Amino acid sequence: MSGHGTRWPRAARVAAALVVLLVLAAVLADVAAPYGYDALDLAQRRAAPSAHHLFGTDELGRDLFTRILYGARISLAIGMVSAVLSAAIGVTVGAMAGYAGGWLDAVLMRCTDAMLSIPTLPLLMISAAVLDPGVVLLIALVGAVGWMETARVVRADVQSIAARDFVTAARAAGAHSPRILLRHVLPGVVPTATVALTLAMGRGILLESALSFFGVGVQPPTASWGNMLYQAQTTMSSEPWLGIFPGAFIFVTVLCCNVLGNSVSGGGSPTMRNRPPASPMTTKR
Amino acid sequence: MLTFLLRRLAQTVPLLVVVSLLVFVLIHAAPGGPLALYLDNPNVRPQDIERLRRQMGLDRPLAEQYLSWAGAFVRGEWGYSYADGRPVTVRLLERVPATLQLVGISSLLGVVVSLAVGVTASVRRGVDRAATVGTVAFISLPVFWFGLVLQLVFASTLGWLPSSGRASFSGDGIADRVAHLVLPVVVLAAAHAAGWSRYLRSSMRGALAEQFIVGARARGVTERRLVARHALRYALLPFVTVVLLDASIMASGAVVTESVFAWPGVGSLFTESLARRDYTVLMAFLMCGSAAVALLGVVSDVVVYALDPRTRRSV
Repeated sequence: MSGHGTRWPRAARVAAALVVLLVLAAVLADVAAPYGYDALDLAQRRAAPSAHHLFGTDELGRDLFTRILYGARISLAIGMVSAVLSAAIGVTVGAMAGYAGGWLDAVLMRCTDAMLSIPTLPLLMISAAVLDPGVVLLIALVGAVGWMETARVVRADVQSIAARDFVTAARAAGAHSPRILLRHVLPGVVPTATVALTLAMGRGILLESALSFFGVGVQPPTASWGNMLYQAQTTMSSEPWLGIFPGAFIFVTVLCCNVLGNSVSGGGSPTMRNRPPASPMTTKR
Repeated sequence: MLTFLLRRLAQTVPLLVVVSLLVFVLIHAAPGGPLALYLDNPNVRPQDIERLRRQMGLDRPLAEQYLSWAGAFVRGEWGYSYADGRPVTVRLLERVPATLQLVGISSLLGVVVSLAVGVTASVRRGVDRAATVGTVAFISLPVFWFGLVLQLVFASTLGWLPSSGRASFSGDGIADRVAHLVLPVVVLAAAHAAGWSRYLRSSMRGALAEQFIVGARARGVTERRLVARHALRYALLPFVTVVLLDASIMASGAVVTESVFAWPGVGSLFTESLARRDYTVLMAFLMCGSAAVALLGVVSDVVVYALDPRTRRSV
């Protein structure tokens, strides 16, 4: 990718356009939605998708398309903010461990390992059940379990950058540690952090929906894609549209995030943990 | 070999201590603490709660509680389920076979599929294109939604397969058991096969670019043998590690899949216990899950150690 200027591959452009469209639709839901958020159409309860109700209606006669747009606000917000949070934690922990080395490195990496070995979803489900969170706390929880891979990769990046000559030169020129870290080392971490951010957004959306699907995430009457699925699962065979559409939105959004993350990383692997030992970009057929 | 194994095992101990601290703090952070369940129950009087609190040692300092809990846990005394009063160990153990069956079969299927897809994608450009699209799609798929859609199509609409459970009440043949396995196995295997294929494809590409492949090709080794023997053997090492380390994600996946398909394994025990705030079971689940992940980490290191002579010098 980087060899051909800044032009993105077509899949990435489509994905970016879709994400922008979704965000716009969510932000402008008040104008974009065909019906009001709570508008009931009692004559059309449990109606199948039609020209009037594009995605059908639920058991109260609420328009599903409208609910999905409003749900997008919550789902996308949780995905985005938690991604920023986990990328920030990951970069901080990774940079500190990689740059400081010694006991700080050892302690931070042991904690990272411990966090990595706890099954993420069960941990989140228990936390959510215990703390009974609102949206803000939910963002914090989702962000708090997604930083470990980033920390590891950033640590490795920082270690290799810190060993480079220009860092030695900066130190010889009298720059102090915080300055070296901020001005010389961290800019080199930006590509890694960008990839982490995109992938974390997709994962954040998945985690929110999984939590809500089990009834411990976003609580009704606030709509999120996950809790719409939660409410739909018992009526899947009689009103399948109630489950199919919210799930499809989760799927497509996460897909877009992953496609974006992959093209930013140069067609690498889907998760940073899965980074191959030899970079496929350097292979020549 | 033995010293290596022992050293690796010893390294997991501090890790599990950190995990246990986290788990303990989490449960005690609950409003009402571990007794939250009884607080909502109108039949339990305040003095009963006070008695229970003293009986369970919840009035002692937190550090003391942690030590006695951790000590008991190490001795295998995991306490009793709040839900039905039976020992937690019994409740967990009776669910283990179902989970092992599900996770085992789907891991096996996942490995076979990813070997086929990963290797062919690394040498055939057309397959690579299709595989890239397919794998990114499957990685992005929300597992529970995929499960619900499969249930809708194959169970409710077509009626080909049972939608949930491990066996029917009436039929008890092997065919019935297999039919119940199909959907959950497919759901659980799909996501893993996708991730693993991508990984194997990358490491195969890396391997095929190595000098020893050029050398072997120059010696006249056939392309087929080159890929199947020389490159694959080299690419397999990191693949094995990733597959084993994915156990943590397997645990999460099993929780979702088992719940969607009402598979009577440890994963659905977890969701049932979650709904009842059955903290003793939940704590044991998290501890066992983490211990299993840590142990598989050791196993993967040992496997690599056994397969790759180069690692022995550096350890």
